[in-house]
Amino acid sequence: MATPVQNTRLVTPERLGVLLLLIVAYGVPIIGTGYLFDAILTPFLALSLAAVGLNILTGYAGQVSLGSAAFLAVGAFAAFNFNLRVPGLPFVVSIVLAGLTAAAIGILFGLPSLRLRGFYLAVSTLAAQFFVQWALTKYSWFSNDNPSGVIDAPPLKLAGFAFTGPIGRYLFSLTIVVVITFAVTRLIRSQTGRNFIAVRDHETAARVIGVPVLGTKLVAFGISSFIIGVAGVLWAFAYLRTVETGGFNIDRSFQILFIIIIGGMASLRGAFLGAAFIVVFPLILSRTGAALFGGVFDSGVLEMSQRIGIGALIILFLILEPRGLSAMVDRVWDWVRLRRAAASGGGTPRSFSLRKLQPKGRT
Amino acid sequence: MSYLEHLKLAVIASAIAVGFALPAAADEQYFPLQSYRVGPYAAGGTGFFGGFIDYLKLIDIRDGGINGVKLTWSEGETQYEVEKGVEVYERLKNNSGVAAWNPLSVGIAYAMIDRITQDKVPLITVNHGRTDSTDGRVFPYVFPLLLNPYSETSGIVNYIAGKLGGQDKLKGKKIVVLYHGSPYGKETIPIYKLLADKYGFEVQQIEVPHPGNEQQSQWLEIRRAKPDYVVLRGWGVMNPVALKTAQKVGYPVDHIVGNVWSNSEEDVIPAGDAAKGYVAITTQASGEQYPVVQEIVKTVYGAGKGNLEDKKRIGSVYHNLGIVNGILNVEAIRIAQGKFGHRTLTGDEVRWGFEHLQLDPKRVEELGAKGLFHSINVTWQNHEGDGYVTFQQWDGAKWNVVSDWIAPDWALLRPIIEKSAAAYAAEKGIKPRTSEDAPVTTN
Repeated sequence: MATPVQNTRLVTPERLGVLLLLIVAYGVPIIGTGYLFDAILTPFLALSLAAVGLNILTGYAGQVSLGSAAFLAVGAFAAFNFNLRVPGLPFVVSIVLAGLTAAAIGILFGLPSLRLRGFYLAVSTLAAQFFVQWALTKYSWFSNDNPSGVIDAPPLKLAGFAFTGPIGRYLFSLTIVVVITFAVTRLIRSQTGRNFIAVRDHETAARVIGVPVLGTKLVAFGISSFIIGVAGVLWAFAYLRTVETGGFNIDRSFQILFIIIIGGMASLRGAFLGAAFIVVFPLILSRTGAALFGGVFDSGVLEMSQRIGIGALIILFLILEPRGLSAMVDRVWDWVRLRRAAASGGGTPRSFSLRKLQPKGRT
Repeated sequence: MSYLEHLKLAVIASAIAVGFALPAAADEQYFPLQSYRVGPYAAGGTGFFGGFIDYLKLIDIRDGGINGVKLTWSEGETQYEVEKGVEVYERLKNNSGVAAWNPLSVGIAYAMIDRITQDKVPLITVNHGRTDSTDGRVFPYVFPLLLNPYSETSGIVNYIAGKLGGQDKLKGKKIVVLYHGSPYGKETIPIYKLLADKYGFEVQQIEVPHPGNEQQSQWLEIRRAKPDYVVLRGWGVMNPVALKTAQKVGYPVDHIVGNVWSNSEEDVIPAGDAAKGYVAITTQASGEQYPVVQEIVKTVYGAGKGNLEDKKRIGSVYHNLGIVNGILNVEAIRIAQGKFGHRTLTGDEVRWGFEHLQLDPKRVEELGAKGLFHSINVTWQNHEGDGYVTFQQWDGAKWNVVSDWIAPDWALLRPIIEKSAAAYAAEKGIKPRTSEDAPVTTN
């Protein structure tokens, strides 16, 4: 497990929390139903991973990107093609190669970031979004000349063991997400991670203190795209089990961007909270709406009112807590600690080391 | 507790018990509907699912269900998006007595093939879907009923040939196919190429990205290409925009032939004048003069239970397609009940019903649908069922049928379909069925 730089204690509340979360995550299959895994948890994991990827680029390194869906698509199609065209290639290797392909494309489209910033960079990443979708549609080789351009995902196999069934696919996704998330927690506390933050907070200052700005930006694009590419593999192979370019459109890019904005920039926890909000919340609204008013209104009216409801809630959230769900959780946690400290007559609570990495001045 | 109180308790308890027991005792067959009533394709969704639900209601109200088995359904909104369709599938699949899935989206249907095959429940893609699923030997649970995309293509090319004066006249002609940038739109790319080679015409296929509300560049390209005919393979908002843009660039509307998803009132009315004279293929005529539509108007809408909000849309192309789809689903269940008994059937039993869904023109007339659609003849090998097509022309106010019922060139298409299905079987490791008698899973 990761060792925080400024903490040498073996057991901390933070680690206990993560451990508990892992136990719950791996224990869920005992009680959950197929619907829970296939319709909620697996897409949640895939989108969380994509948000973790985008968070490295946008949250930590400060480079806005509207091309996330393109890298999802690159990952999905690359994994499909490696799997198809290299017989006997283990699926894990396909995943890694897919991530590397996405990273290569990401670095390519990250080149404009050397010259462009902010909105201009965001617009230039749109190029990735449209170019990738166009290329995947234009050249049917990518989808193995399937007339509809829809590819069927092969079953997930690891070392001869097939992850079939909702639970298998969930555990497969969970393991990949856990491994990558832990790697990322290490990364953001390494020199590279601190370089990201330095570049985000003040590019000129970063250059003055000797941070290689150009290289750092490209590394951010590469790592971010790698992770989003792997998320694309999960989205296509573990969740939908069919891949078509239409699903990786600009809406998906915005969805991932919204996840990190709502969840909290530069916060890994925020990526998961945001993804949970974006995936689960509409479902809850949709299902309670259908259960309460299903007989009175048709599904179209319900869907429209849900959209209005979700939109209003997002606005409300961002006004009340611009730093996202992650900061909201912190506030609640601090409040609990304060109460406890006050009750026991102790001092002020220790704050999380992670929060120190979050951007200032966004409140 | 006094004796009287004991009695009261017993009465209440038994009343509750009866109340719970009664609905459970009645046989029901359930339709999970992955409908879409919002988004760019809402016109198609509301019309089709409206017609489908209206017909199910007619059967429930008029006949008390199919042989006493009541029909039930519930809807989940997909907005024509694959992941929403999958979510709704996972949500509704555990209801008891699922008869068949009718997602009305090629993308969603593709995503469901593995899932429904595992669950052994039929997947109906009327007039669309994955063409090679026509081969029931490889796709036992998928039914592109009435008209698969290749048959549609063949029908359109034959119609154009007829206009030109025979198939030999196609030689040297130029046809542009303007297709919707979705799995549905792309499905016919290879078959147009193949037919172009066979008949010696030149084909140029141009994609319109989803949803298709901007087509200036595509139509300028068409104007440069000067084709003899343009086939509009659109969907939703793409269609009226295409007709209007064609008018703008000066392409004659009577040389545009619409496919089976570009043939509705919702496609032409918004285009106004630009649509006058436009011809499109269909498997089911529009209008409300057919007895079955009349009965829906009388029985369902008369009781204030109709599904369409806008009653002017009764008898429109999508509404009638929904009704035809209802007839096909209901008759498949009726046929399956003939073999398995008048009770709630399993998905696999309903699949058997679809594989014996043979409605000749006489039976179609008995169902009050004479002229609405021609006939269907599904077998365990042929899951399309040899639907006939006709062509209709928009006169500015309504569609007029301008051709007889035409048979697509099935003999030409079958080997192509079998080849594609065989490739799928090899890729997936499926052993094609060699006889009808796959054991049917019953309860």
